[in-house]
Amino acid sequence: MAKVKIDIEKCKGCFLCVSFCPKRLIKPDSKLNRRGVRPAKMEIDSQCLGCAMCAVICPDCCIEIYK
Amino acid sequence: MKEAQKIFSRPRSLRNISTHYCGGCGHGIAHRLVAEIVDELGIRERVIAVAPVGCAVIAYDYWDFDCSEAAHGRALAVATGIKRVRPQNIVFTYQGDGDLAAIGTSETIHAANRGENVTVIFINNAIYGMTGGQMAPTTLLGQRTATTPAGRQIGVHGAPLKISEMLALLPAVKYIERVSLHSPQEVLKAKSAIKRAFQSQIDNLGFSMVEVLSACPTYWDMPPKKALDWIRDVMSKEFPLGRIK
Repeated sequence: MAKVKIDIEKCKGCFLCVSFCPKRLIKPDSKLNRRGVRPAKMEIDSQCLGCAMCAVICPDCCIEIYK
Repeated sequence: MKEAQKIFSRPRSLRNISTHYCGGCGHGIAHRLVAEIVDELGIRERVIAVAPVGCAVIAYDYWDFDCSEAAHGRALAVATGIKRVRPQNIVFTYQGDGDLAAIGTSETIHAANRGENVTVIFINNAIYGMTGGQMAPTTLLGQRTATTPAGRQIGVHGAPLKISEMLALLPAVKYIERVSLHSPQEVLKAKSAIKRAFQSQIDNLGFSMVEVLSACPTYWDMPPKKALDWIRDVMSKEFPLGRIK
């Protein structure tokens, strides 16, 4: 099973990862980060394929993937 | 159960700091691709980057290898000097469309015509991002910017300048490809194009350039995903993707 780790303090809330996740597992978080934006949050970790689409499109390199 | 392995993380050549770019900006992806390629080719101790004037002006703060800064548009003149004095180094410039295609057109054309053995990463976002969204030479016809509020018109402002096609006419230019950053698949294609350009320099073939269509959601006045769709549906029609030379 893959695990996605998002650095929420570096996230600028562009949500390209949300748009490109093929299983739509990433969602905007309800809390704000220190920047004042809603960061992306992995909602359903157990279904992640580890395809790294989110990490490849992330402009701020906030996403690490473990498999 | 075996230990989870890290399969994707920040490349070593990219410093672990937050960039000043807006959310959804393509510069962050392009910086990461360059850093990944420098790591993969094992040239971190040999590479010298020349940063432009534009949004990417402080790229040297983000890359963890040697960098220089050039006056506006003159990155290829500086790169020429560095490469001629230190031919053992891998020299590349990272320039935007306002830098490379407007104020630096002369330096770009002449460096390409001399066949300088350097690599150019040309970020084309069809607008001036740093100064507030004015029209760039690459702005599309009909595109609204701060200086073309009614849209760019061919009779008044000219047509979009296609630097890649122009440079492909020069005999000393060895490699030109246009790529885009509008989806993860295209990002991976962009990475292989940039890697080929660096490899061409390592093999001493001559001038190489990769034009990267990149989003500027802030001054295109679009949400980040819509900006990527605009590249796919509109911008890549005017600037067709693929190998040019």
